[in-house]
Amino acid sequence: MTGFSPDLAEIRFGCGLSPVVAPPASVVAMLEGLRAPDTMAQRFPVEGYDAFARWLTETKALRRSGKGKKAPKKALKSFREARGDKIVEGLRWAMAAQLRWTWTETAFRERIVAFWADHFTATGKMTLMRAAADPYVETSIRPHVAGRFADLLVAAETSPLMLHYLDQSASVGPDSRAARNNEARGGLNENLAREVMELHTLGVGGPYTQDDVRQLAELFTGLTVNNDAEFVFRPAFAEPGTETILGKTYGGNPATLESIGQALRDLAAHPATAAHLARKLAVHFVSDTPDERLVQAMTARFLETGGDLAQVYAAMLDHPAAWALPLVNVKPPQQFIGSAWRALAVTPERVARLKPKAIRQGFEQPLVAMGQPWMLPNGPDGWPEQDAAWVTPPGVAARLIWAVNAPPTLVKALPDPRAFVDVALGRFGTDAVRFAAAAAESRAEAVGLVLASPAFQRR
Amino acid sequence: MLSRRGFLIGCSAAASPFVTRVSLAAAPWDARLVVIVLRGAMDGLDVVRPYADPGYAAARGALGEGGSDLDGFFALHPGLDPLMPLWRAGELGFVHAVSTPYRNKRSHFDGQDLLEAGGEAVGQVRDGWLNRLLAQLPGAEPRTAFAIGHGEMKILGGPQPVADWSPEVDLALSPQAMRLAERVMMDDPAFHAAFAEAAMLGGGGMALEKGAAHLDVARFAADQLKGDTRIAAFSINGWDTHGRQAKTIVPALERLSGTLLALKEGVGAAVWAKTAVIAMTEFGRTVQVNGTGGTDHGTGGAMLLAGGAIAGGRVYGQWPGLDEASLLDRRDLMPTGDVRAAAAWILRGLGGFDKGLLEQVVFPGLEMGADHGLLR
Repeated sequence: MTGFSPDLAEIRFGCGLSPVVAPPASVVAMLEGLRAPDTMAQRFPVEGYDAFARWLTETKALRRSGKGKKAPKKALKSFREARGDKIVEGLRWAMAAQLRWTWTETAFRERIVAFWADHFTATGKMTLMRAAADPYVETSIRPHVAGRFADLLVAAETSPLMLHYLDQSASVGPDSRAARNNEARGGLNENLAREVMELHTLGVGGPYTQDDVRQLAELFTGLTVNNDAEFVFRPAFAEPGTETILGKTYGGNPATLESIGQALRDLAAHPATAAHLARKLAVHFVSDTPDERLVQAMTARFLETGGDLAQVYAAMLDHPAAWALPLVNVKPPQQFIGSAWRALAVTPERVARLKPKAIRQGFEQPLVAMGQPWMLPNGPDGWPEQDAAWVTPPGVAARLIWAVNAPPTLVKALPDPRAFVDVALGRFGTDAVRFAAAAAESRAEAVGLVLASPAFQRR
Repeated sequence: MLSRRGFLIGCSAAASPFVTRVSLAAAPWDARLVVIVLRGAMDGLDVVRPYADPGYAAARGALGEGGSDLDGFFALHPGLDPLMPLWRAGELGFVHAVSTPYRNKRSHFDGQDLLEAGGEAVGQVRDGWLNRLLAQLPGAEPRTAFAIGHGEMKILGGPQPVADWSPEVDLALSPQAMRLAERVMMDDPAFHAAFAEAAMLGGGGMALEKGAAHLDVARFAADQLKGDTRIAAFSINGWDTHGRQAKTIVPALERLSGTLLALKEGVGAAVWAKTAVIAMTEFGRTVQVNGTGGTDHGTGGAMLLAGGAIAGGRVYGQWPGLDEASLLDRRDLMPTGDVRAAAAWILRGLGGFDKGLLEQVVFPGLEMGADHGLLR
């Protein structure tokens, strides 16, 4: 075990090697990149959640005005247009995300954002809400990835999309004022409370009981979403009385947002949370079976610094075990495509000319075939970390098919395949890949074989 | 000259755990189970029409007219007429007025999650009920169960290894590229095994009929079920008929009937005789027709059973009636049975699984009740 090297940093902790963007020079540079101005977000914008919520409110109003027999036909038409336009806009956001991967000089940031977006998986459960996932990540995740974990946790759990996705918006204290006055149907929904403990903080084996889940669910009552798709705290929905979570008492009368924030902060600082997150980061970035010393170093740093995420990343990047070879982790499909774009240096001008149909054929549908549809996760536990989940017959076939067919649509001229081996794989190129790149019948097949090679799929 | 398929099998069988065949005798059970998830909420009231219920014509009007009589009370949607020979042979049956435990919110997303996870509430269990069943099969190996389609079959998802494939993945590269891909993957056992399997399943240049992907799925499933596979799961989509249902439901019905007939033909008489097909949907649809000639998300619905192992020719279930007082929330068909109970009794009959195991592990929280008698 040695330690930092620029090419391994770009492959394992970044977005893959690029023919135009230089890899980071040091661990310090990688960490500074997290604090640098977010030039990629400015250059390749994705709508923030507030703007999305305004669109959603307007579009729902359009839908209402188009309902009923006497409604003007025009209203229904405008509603359908608005809905269709948003779907196309969503495709553009996906393209912006790929361009960020392609052109970023602070690639560790994109990786970390993707990690936390997956950790705090949330997506829309109704047609109109489907497009909300990118705006949610842009607003509630991306700005918080280098700060304290507690702040990221609060931002994620109080985001309207998370409250919708995990049914918190439908949870009303059975003895709340609103339920007693028949202003709302009283009923506790434990979904968010359970996932906060099981997935977001303590972890599935964590030291909590069903009773803690129930108590946290009672404490959470009042967290909801208003008719304008904005976060709101409604004390009238809150279950009266105090709640005891992991032995500590919260809440009381009146119910306050502060007590919910305090419970989240306590969960964020819990040793089980530190161990859970340290392991998940190590598994995601290094190996399905990470060196225990690496996990311990990260856990310790989390606890010493009160969950300062930049410090936890530093503990990982400073540890020799983080740089162990060979490359083992398999890139999930979205990141496989992102790193292929980067190796091909796909230009924004080219992407701007892609028609929606081309984006569907060259991006959306292949991702479905690879098993990772864009922004449509399987469940609140996000995408699998285990490599075996991706290395399946249809998954590997779909990667190979994409690697041969998509690149010619993404660049004006495909690179010389023999040189492309070095561009894409650097020192990890194998003799078999070099042979294939030289022996393939067409340039497209040669480039495809380089991208489909295990040396490119692993990091 | 060696074919591409032969070439790949020849040089990779040793490296691929998937290619290793177990003998049929070594397989844990001999029955075949096919689970079809009908995504989008199939309108059970339209597919299996309770025409003799006085409330039906009142609620459905022209949408509910016609159909082949089944038993003097229910009629089958004309779109499923190709299945009438199966009905007459006792190889097609239905369970009516059933649902999962999902109530009130009527979201496809949650409804399908619950249907596939098999628990009592959304989020209670994460893996699929078929995967938990697999864990109970001694000697099960990856090929025992096949998830067909694009990784969307949560019903088979979980810790037990399962084979998966999408027949529409056409690995139509040149023979030279396939050879080179084989060579590039060779050093990496996991990638190599997956690639070899893919080349075998999808590299044969399967000719796809346009608009008939469902038949490819059915034929592929049948091929596997003739071999070592005992469980196959896939989806048929397109049931979310909010508007002009008289027209919009027809393609989905064609896919369903075409799939069942292709399965029967594909597995052959001997295997069909021990096959049970369960087609289930996330929830039913509203009793009343909406303003656009369709129906909206409801609760109670119907499930379809087919195969030689099924005691067909009957519509099972306890009919709740369609008068307003009998409806759920005065809008939906009241579920009088749990789709999981019907599935559990079929599993019990096919594989002799313990009732407690079915109620606690496969469908946690389920009360199976009395034997539904769904198998021959």
